[in-house]
Parts: sequence; C-alpha cells; structure tokens
Amino acid sequence: MFKVFKAFVQKELYHILRDKRTLLILFGMPVAQVLIFGYAVTNEFRDAYLDIYDQAGDHMSQELVQHLQSSGHFQVNNMIRSDKQLEDGFKAGTTKLAVVIPVDFASDLSNGKSVSVQLLADGSDPNNANTLVQYASTMITSFQKERLDQSENPYQIGVQTRMLYNPQLASAHNFVPGTIALILLIISAMMTSLTIAREKELGTMEILLVSPLPPLLIILGKVAPYAALSFIDALLVLILGYFVFDVPIVGNLLLLLAVCFLYVVAALALGTLISTVSKTQQDAMLRSLMGLMMPSMLLSGFIFPLASMPKVLQVLGSIIPATYFIEILKGVMLRGVGFDLVVWEVMILVGMTVFLLFMSYRNFKIRLE
Amino acid sequence: MNEYAIKVEGLTKRFGDFTAVDAITFNVSKGEIFGFLGANGAGKTTAMRMLIGLSKPTEGTGYVAGFDIRTEAEKIKKGIGYMSQKFSLYNDLTVKENIRFYGGIYGLSKKQITKKTTEIMEELGLFEVAKKPVAALPLGWKQRLAFAVSMVHDPEIVFLDEPTGGVDPHVRRQFWETIYQQADAGRTIFVTTHYMDEAEYCDRVSIMVAGKVEALDSPDNLKNQYDSETMDEVFLKLAR
Repeated sequence: MFKVFKAFVQKELYHILRDKRTLLILFGMPVAQVLIFGYAVTNEFRDAYLDIYDQAGDHMSQELVQHLQSSGHFQVNNMIRSDKQLEDGFKAGTTKLAVVIPVDFASDLSNGKSVSVQLLADGSDPNNANTLVQYASTMITSFQKERLDQSENPYQIGVQTRMLYNPQLASAHNFVPGTIALILLIISAMMTSLTIAREKELGTMEILLVSPLPPLLIILGKVAPYAALSFIDALLVLILGYFVFDVPIVGNLLLLLAVCFLYVVAALALGTLISTVSKTQQDAMLRSLMGLMMPSMLLSGFIFPLASMPKVLQVLGSIIPATYFIEILKGVMLRGVGFDLVVWEVMILVGMTVFLLFMSYRNFKIRLE
Repeated sequence: MNEYAIKVEGLTKRFGDFTAVDAITFNVSKGEIFGFLGANGAGKTTAMRMLIGLSKPTEGTGYVAGFDIRTEAEKIKKGIGYMSQKFSLYNDLTVKENIRFYGGIYGLSKKQITKKTTEIMEELGLFEVAKKPVAALPLGWKQRLAFAVSMVHDPEIVFLDEPTGGVDPHVRRQFWETIYQQADAGRTIFVTTHYMDEAEYCDRVSIMVAGKVEALDSPDNLKNQYDSETMDEVFLKLAR
C-alpha cells in the first residue's frame, strides 16, 4: 500500500514542480506577503507632517512649535494664516493634522487661565488620525509639564505609556502570525481544493475512482505533498520575519510547529470539504476565496481587532480556525507563553479539526454514491 | 456463469422518481466486442457506472469478471480497465511517467512496470517522444496511449466510454484495429459510442432507449430485423 502511495505522491510532485503558477503561489506569495505586510501595511508613521495655525504668534507659541518638532516625529509643513487656508488644506488632503494655537497664548498661560490648543485631524483615515493626535497631545502635555516644572507647582502627574512585547509598536511583529495563518490556509485549503477539482475537471478523478485505490488513499495522496509544502512555507515566513524584520520567536519552537501542524490539518480538511462540493477549479477557487480567505483575513483579528466589532461579526470570527491559530501564535511567538496558557485555544482548534475531518470524509463518501 | 465476462439481470437504477436504467438484462461473452449504444440520456453512462463499481444498483443483479457488482466492487476494479470519454492521462506528465503512475496505482512491481513501459512504447512506436509531456502528442496517439494505459494491469475486460469522441475517421479506424487486436488476444471489450459506423465493427450491439435495452443482436441481424441498410437506420427507427 505504501508503494501505491509513493507513486501517487510522486505524480503529485510532478504536477506541482511543472506548473509555474503553482510554484509562484507556493514560494513567491509567502515572500511577497511578508514583505508587503512588513513594509507597506505598517501602523507606524515616520515623518508626519503637521500644519500650524499660530494665532498668537508670541514667544510661548513659538516655543511650543519648536517643542513639537523636537521629537523628530513631526515636521512642520505649513504655517497657516487664515481659517480658509486651514479648510483648503484639509480639503486638498495636504493637511493631516493641524495645531491651532489661540490668541493671547503666552499671556493667558502666565496669568493662569486655562488655555486650550486645538488639534484638527483628517478623520477619513482614522488609524492615522488617531496616532497623530495621540502623539501630538503627548507632546503638548510634555511641553506644559516642562513649563510648569519651572514654576512652583509640585502636583503634576505625567502619564507614561509603555508598550509591552512590542516596544516600538513595530507592526511587522503582529503581521507575521497573521501571514502564516493566511499562507497556510491558501496553500493547504485553496491549493488542495484546486488540485482535487482539477482532477475532476480533467476526468482523471473518475479513472482513479475506477482503479482499486481506496478513496481515502486518493485524498491522502493528494493532500500530503501540500501539507509538507505549507509547512516549509510556515518556516520560510518565520525565517523571513526573524531576519528581515527582527521578529523574535520568544516561545517554544516545537510547540509553535506543533500548532502549525494542527492548523494545516484543519485547513486540509477544509480544502477537501470545498473540493467535494466544487465541480471545477473556478468553482473551488471562488468558494475558497469567499468562504476562507476573506473571513480569515477580516474576521480573525489579523487586520482588525475582533473586540471592536459588532457582536454578529465577533460570533462569526469565533468559528474561524484562523482566529484561534493567530491567538496561539501571538502568545507563543511574541509573548513566549507555554502550552498551559494556550491550552483552551488549542483544544478549540483540535475540536474544529476533528469536526472538519469528519465532515469532509463523510461528504466524500456521499459523493461517491 | 463462467462463460460470460458480464452477466446482468434486471439491473435498475432510480434517482428519486426518475428511472435512469430500467431492468436491463444481457450477457457479454469472453473475448467479445460488445457495443453499448443509445442516445444521450438513454442511460448508457449510468448503466456502465454500475458495472464498473462507481454506482450501486437499486435493483437487479450483475456479475462482472465473475464478481457481484453489489458486494464485490473492489475485486471488480482490479480486473477491469476503464477509458473515459475525457482524455484520461496527465498532460503535464511524460509518456513514461503516465505509464509508471497507472502501473503504480494498480500495484504493479517495478519490474512489471518497466516491462509494460517497453511493451507499450514498442507497440505504439513512442520511443522518440518517451520523455515529452503527453500534451505534445497528436490526439490519435494520445488516444491509443490512453487505451494501452487502461490495460496496464492486463484486465480481463476493458470498458471504453465513447473512446473516439472528437477524433477524425482515419484515426478512429486505427483505434478500432487496436481494439480488434485486444479482442483477438481474448480480452472482452465493452464499448459505448454514438458513431453508428463504429457499431458495425462490434460483434454484438445493444441499443438503449429511455433506460431500456430495446434491441440486442449482431449488427447484421439487427439490420435484417429492422429492414435497414445501415446501423444508422436501425438506430433511427428504434429511437423514434
């Protein structure tokens, strides 16, 4: 029986190695995704441009402007002179954040009156706006604190924030687990559903079914090479993350790989399940894109945090294997937690895997009748 | 029972209310070329699927190569070859790799596979293209290669499901010569076709209409019986 299996796997490898498109998806896509997510889709900002509407124009306001630039994060783009200019800047999209310093800034401050500096941000890009506003207000607070330190007010409480696990808030760290989840899904689920659908389309599946091969062996022979390849891809992503983006692997590597394996099995079962209901490759492709890729990308907490979603979407997110896989991966990889702390997520993932395996096997048998 | 390669009695397949195959009965002798004819939708494919173990009959009995189609499908699968109307080889694999793969899944040993490979390539004159992907071969060669590969494990019976679809007459003629060779060597050939000229090449033909076998005899007898010049006429008279 092993010999038969070997013949099957060998043939499958020929298919993979001779198809440039498949090879590109297998090895080009992981690299491209890590690089794109790592470099392009970053939540950090470097040179943030700032517009200043200095209505006061006194020494104090100039000091504030100096202070804002002192961190190196902000660069003053424009000095605005009128309300209209301010509005035009936002409309044209050239202004992302404007700091409005009120008239009589210096005198009001020294007289102990309350002074408010206005921060106007372009909310059409909420993430960016939030970050900018936070940075700017921190800078203003620290400016105020510096001034007050010089006076005799002893009770000033400064807020110091520190980000744990990812001190620079480097977004590549968070993208690596998500990218692994997505890549494993694409290769294990989408590619296997495609390759099984292809045999159906070509009519070779019928020949295989007429042969004495047990159906289970046909499926195993088809998925085994993809399981191995997706594992290699997971390693590829980890290595890229480590060397290109300095993403650490704090936790136990073995535990990490074991979880990857579990997830691969779940994805393979999903792929088989899709292929049992798809007649053509196109069909399989659409089903995997809509049914797997989209939810796994959007509802797994990979890109958007689940906690801030409406209840319905949270429930949907909680039935997606990728949600738990990413959770475990973040824990083990970035925070270095052991098995005891992710045992709940692992159990859910095991449950899902068993369920999916059962479903796809049952479905496959029914289709044969 | 042993004198027959295929023996079918009252074989029926129903999908819900629809009766696709309605109590068909026939025998196929060993070494015979049996033509299984019928218009599209007459139930040919469904009947054949039951014979090759892909589908279970609703009623009736059937024996293929001496095994019961209801309970011994696995044994039947070892003893039959099957070539479908779709081209059944892998286009991105070479001639040799295709033979090796199909030999492999039928559990042939390495030695047997090597021997078979040489045999097939000699017979079809494929040595020059042995290392080319099958996609590069002309259709006629592909068809004959697929036929040869379907017999890589020396089955008693070969099922051919419209094997010459889309092939020009000259190549069809060639293909039928290889079928004769196999029948002469004692292999039973069960072939479906909708080319009526091909029906003339068969030892006996059955014609299915709406799930039933309406006629079953040698082409000459059928032509006499229905007072026709060609099988085409016979077919038209029956189908109407």
